Amino acid sequence: MTLDRLPAVPPLSPTRDEIRKGVADAVPVAIGMVPLGIAFGVLITQAGFAWWWAPVFSIVIYAGSMEFLAIGMLAAVTPLYSLAAATFLVNFRHVFYGLSFPIESIRSRLGKAYAVYSLTDEVYAITATKPRSEMTGARTLTIAVVCQLSWVLPGVVGGLIGAALPPGLDGLQFALTALFAVLAVDAWRASGDLPSPVLGLICGLIALVVAPEQMLLVGLCLFVAALLVRFAVQSRTGRGDA
Amino acid sequence: MSPALSSTLPSTGYLLAGLGVMFLVTVALRAAPFAALTRLRDSAVMRYLGGAMPAGIMVLLVVYTLRDTTAELSSWAPAAGALALTLAVHLAFRRTAASIVVGTAAYMLLRAWLG
Repeated sequence: MTLDRLPAVPPLSPTRDEIRKGVADAVPVAIGMVPLGIAFGVLITQAGFAWWWAPVFSIVIYAGSMEFLAIGMLAAVTPLYSLAAATFLVNFRHVFYGLSFPIESIRSRLGKAYAVYSLTDEVYAITATKPRSEMTGARTLTIAVVCQLSWVLPGVVGGLIGAALPPGLDGLQFALTALFAVLAVDAWRASGDLPSPVLGLICGLIALVVAPEQMLLVGLCLFVAALLVRFAVQSRTGRGDA
Repeated sequence: MSPALSSTLPSTGYLLAGLGVMFLVTVALRAAPFAALTRLRDSAVMRYLGGAMPAGIMVLLVVYTLRDTTAELSSWAPAAGALALTLAVHLAFRRTAASIVVGTAAYMLLRAWLG
């Protein structure tokens, strides 16, 4: 774009330029992830895990809100089918991310596989707002790598901080409640749909009374069922806004 | 809210199996649109769920994290106060990290004060 600043000698490595662009795309979002990454590391060590579980969680699960949730669920030895159902519903939104992701820009199979694995909310938000034709494989992959680094490394830092703090600091677990409350506000603002959070609250409270031991699984199933009923009713009454 | 666990962790085998399950489900969801599931993705009910689900799920998770709250003042008052403060700060300033830090600090202070 800034033609006057083009170097006299053609750049030796156009890939390097693309990597630089990818870093510039990712950094504003990556900076926002650092405090959350640190918080994750602190929480996981405060829950009794060794600090190195932070990068293990962040590499194996690599879905921020699910990682936070996994700390408590795994510590409580939640059955695997409950973990699968919770992961499915909490991460369900990811089904839509591939739609606007420039996967075709990446040539190698390994690169494509990494890009699919690392297609988080943040990577989606960055790439979906860029013109698809401008995205090269190097730029797309750089965005994905910068985002993962700025989540995994702060997690390690937080893990080391958490290990140095006195164990079992009372009240730190509230960070998880606060995180979900904040995400609820953001999701509600993005969708403008008030019945959804109200239904979520009602289903959560019902599940708490009916099945306290399986509250999350029962609540999530009730909630999806309630949404499906609402969708069916809206379709039948002919409101096309569903 | 469950007390922070200090020493007893489940076996490494269980932890790895649990992480593996969450890995498989997450990757399957991310890969689904690239596989031959485009028709499913484009259906009206899927689009509806994709738009409406996240806010409700997050509220459900708030309830889940507060599931061990009791009727005792030292239990419900810090949770209610800190939750209200978190929501107010986030509605006003929209800074995720700041909202969480303020809410958590308020919770810890209220716990120390009322506990």
